[in-house]
Amino acid sequence: MISAIRAAIAAIQAASVREKMLADRKISLTVNGKPVEVAAGTSVAAAVMMAGEPSRFSVTGEARAPLCGMGICMECRMTVDGVPQRRGCQLLCADGMEVQSS
Amino acid sequence: MRARFDVVVVGAGPGGIAAAAVAAAAGMRVCLLDANPGLGGQVWRGIGAGTARSYPHGGKFVRWKARLDASGCEVWQGWQVVDAPKQRLLRVESDVESREIEFVHLILATGARERFLPFPGWTLPGVMGVGGAQAMVKSGLDASGKRVVVAGSGPLLLAVAAGLAKAGATIEGVFEQATRAQMAPFVLSALAAQPGKLIEGALYRLWTFGVPYRFDSWVRRAEGHARVERVWVSIGGKERAIACDWLACGFHLVPNLELPRLLGCQILAGCVKVDALQQSSVEGVACVGELTGIGGLEKALHEGEIAGWAAVGNQARALSLASRRRRQLEFAARMERAFALRPELRRLPTDSTIVCRCEDVTHKELAACEGWREAKLHSRCGMGSCQGRICGGAAEFLYGWGPKDARPPVYPTKVATLAAETDTADRASR
Repeated sequence: MISAIRAAIAAIQAASVREKMLADRKISLTVNGKPVEVAAGTSVAAAVMMAGEPSRFSVTGEARAPLCGMGICMECRMTVDGVPQRRGCQLLCADGMEVQSS
Repeated sequence: MRARFDVVVVGAGPGGIAAAAVAAAAGMRVCLLDANPGLGGQVWRGIGAGTARSYPHGGKFVRWKARLDASGCEVWQGWQVVDAPKQRLLRVESDVESREIEFVHLILATGARERFLPFPGWTLPGVMGVGGAQAMVKSGLDASGKRVVVAGSGPLLLAVAAGLAKAGATIEGVFEQATRAQMAPFVLSALAAQPGKLIEGALYRLWTFGVPYRFDSWVRRAEGHARVERVWVSIGGKERAIACDWLACGFHLVPNLELPRLLGCQILAGCVKVDALQQSSVEGVACVGELTGIGGLEKALHEGEIAGWAAVGNQARALSLASRRRRQLEFAARMERAFALRPELRRLPTDSTIVCRCEDVTHKELAACEGWREAKLHSRCGMGSCQGRICGGAAEFLYGWGPKDARPPVYPTKVATLAAETDTADRASR
C-alpha cells in the first residue's frame, strides 16, 4: 500500500519535472573555462554548482559552494566577465558569460 | 544622480509589494527597490505568471503583482542599499552605477535569513541552508536524483523537503531539533487559530510520504572529501550515518536587521519595535514582515498593506487590518517558542570548526573572546564579506554575544560608490 502511494506520488513528481524541462530555453556559458549549458532563468550560483566547480576558495584554501542562496552569505562571490566579487545567486546566466571561482 | 520619491520601499517580497502597491495606487510617487533579479522575495523567488500555481499562495502574488503594475510604482531591480548617509536619504548601487534617493516615507521590508549553527563539516560544498537549498532549486539548480538530508529547525524543513521531492530529489530524512512536547501546544493552537497553515503542512507531509520525520534529532557532523558525502545524525539520542549528496540545514529564521539598525530603529527581543501603523522609533521609517517578528507570507502582506495606508495618511484603512495582524503576531510568538533551540546544539562545534566562514575563524579562537569587540580585534571574526550576517546569529547562540553593530556601508560596495558620496555632513552627529 505504502509503496503504491509512493510510486503514484513519484509519477506525478516526475511528470511535473519533465514539463518544466520541456519549457526551458538553453543558455551557454563557461565556468572556469568549462562549457556549461543551463536553462534560461538559471542563476550563476546554480550553474556553478551543477558544473561541479567551487564558487570560491576561503582564506585558508577550503573549496566553498553556495550556502544561503539568497545574497546574504557571500560564499558564491565570483568573477563574472572580469568583474570580481559578483554574487552568483543574485545574477542570472547569460549567453557567452565567463565565470571564474574566486 | 539623486532621485526623489514620496515613499521608498526596500525589499520586493510580499510585504514590500503590498506596501508599494497600496501607496502608489493612492497617488504617491513610490519606488520599490530590490537586490534580486526578480520580484517576490524569498518565498516567491523565481515566480512568474505561468509558475504561480506551484508556489505557496501563488494566486496572491498574481493579484498583488497586477495591483503593483497598475499602481504606477517605479520598480528598481538589482539595486542594493549600502548606506543612509543622512536623514531621509539612501545611497544605493547596482552593478553599474550608484545613486542617492531622497524619501519622505521609508518602508523597510528586508525579510529574514536563516540562522546557521556551525558543526564539523558545515563548510563542505553541498551543505546548504534549508531555505538555501530551496532558493538554489528555485534558481535552476537541478535536484533530480540527489539524495538530500533536511535538518535543523522550523516550519521550513517540511515545506522544503516537499519542494525538493517535487523537484526530483530523494529525501533521506527530515530531522527537527525541537522536541515533540515543544511542538504539541503550537500545533494545537494552530489548529484553532490558523487551520490553513496546518492544511499546508499536511500537504507537504503528503509530498514526503514515507520519508522519516524525526523530532529530537540534529546533524552532529558532515563528512566528505571534496563535498559532503555523509552526515552523522543524532536521532532521539542514537547516532546514525546517512549517505547524501546535499545537506540542507538551517535553524529557523532571523530578521535582516542591518538597515533598521543603521537607521537607528529601536530593536526589541531581536525584532524591530513598531506601533499599530508599523512605524518604528525613527520618524518616517516603517518596518513590515519578518523584521517585526518571523510570521511568514500572510503577516507580511498585511503589514505591508498597513504601512502603505499609513504612508498615504489613511489611518482608518490601516487600522482596519489590526485584528488580523494581532492574530498573526500571536502565531509568530508561538512559533518562536515551538522551535526554540536546545542547549546541546552549543556543543556541536569542535575546537577546529570554522564559525566565521569569511575569515575562517575557528570556534576555539572565539570561545576565548568576551564579545564582538575582542573577537574582531583578535581574529577579524564578522569583518569579512558577509559582515557577520552568518556568524552573527551563531555567535549570539553559542557565546551569548549581543547583536553585531551595523556600520556603513552595510554591504560590500564599490570604491566608486563611496567616492561619489556627496553629503555626509550630519553623519558624525548621528
